[in-house]
Amino acid sequence: MIQFQHVTKKYGKDYAVKNINLSLEEGKIYGLLGTNGSGKSTTLKMIAGLVQPTNGEVLVNKKKANRRMAEEVSYLTELDRFYESFTVHDMVQFSASQFNDFQLDKAQELLEFMHLDGDKKIKHLSKGNRGRLKLVLCLARTVPILLLDEPFSGLDPLVRESIVKSLLTYIDFGKQTVVVATHEIAEVEAILDNIIVLNNGDLIANLSVEDLREEKGQSIIEWMKENIN
Amino acid sequence: MADEFQASRPIYMQIVEKITQQIARYERMPGDKLPSVREMAIALGVNPNTIQRTYSELERMKIVETRRGQGTFITESGEVLDKLRTKLQHDLLDQFVRNMKELGIKKEEMVQLLTSYLHEKKGDK
Repeated sequence: MIQFQHVTKKYGKDYAVKNINLSLEEGKIYGLLGTNGSGKSTTLKMIAGLVQPTNGEVLVNKKKANRRMAEEVSYLTELDRFYESFTVHDMVQFSASQFNDFQLDKAQELLEFMHLDGDKKIKHLSKGNRGRLKLVLCLARTVPILLLDEPFSGLDPLVRESIVKSLLTYIDFGKQTVVVATHEIAEVEAILDNIIVLNNGDLIANLSVEDLREEKGQSIIEWMKENIN
Repeated sequence: MADEFQASRPIYMQIVEKITQQIARYERMPGDKLPSVREMAIALGVNPNTIQRTYSELERMKIVETRRGQGTFITESGEVLDKLRTKLQHDLLDQFVRNMKELGIKKEEMVQLLTSYLHEKKGDK
């Protein structure tokens, strides 16, 4: 589904990621973990085709990832940037005009699920509701790949829970592949199939979390404490 | 994380234990239909693949049966359910005995202590 072959990305003299080989399977939920500056966002952006590797190749469905990847990838940015004067509905309509696979009825259902008022102006939304709206726009598409960059960052526990529930409710399981970059490990611990762990630009693991619990009796955090210093 | 689970033990097994306990306590009855994989995943806040694994494990243990196109049902076999209850009782006794042994209590003493404890409890009522 997604493959990294000897992928290196440098910004100037600094390595963002170093010689990564990685393969992601269809229909699984991956947690992309690592400390700040470990290369998580760069990795997501390379899958989305928004950043090109310095060396190596990123393949999505056997095609090289590029700017036209938006047809296959729904990408939730860590940035909180909207057209402030838009209403929630305007924003949904705008997204629908940008992506052929955007499902208006699904967006409507998601707005209700998230208790978002379509007539409200975005500039009047709370931070939590802006976070929810981003997810609505991301999940309303039928793309095979969903990339979420820090979807929980700065949001309160109730909003974080509603985000997890909406993922479980609205993902097309077994078909859509999801990659969540996050520091909120406890939040996603029970919904992940695998974790991909980066440390200073090196890939140090891609492993099944149930295997981790079964074979080593370790939680994700316990494993990370043992393997990252 | 869905708070009822321990992060360091396989979640699919924790859900197997949860469901077998519900059956032993008659909270789920023989012949009852289990929720669909997705419903159960949403209710418990876990990955549907985990629930799928739970159901496969329960099926392997012959505690549930999957009927094509209909869903997953708790067995109506009295033999299987009796065995399940016996096993859960045995597990509890096992745990009790092990804990008492760790406190240095001998078998005969254990019986005595348990008998008098149960007697006192009766007196309370």
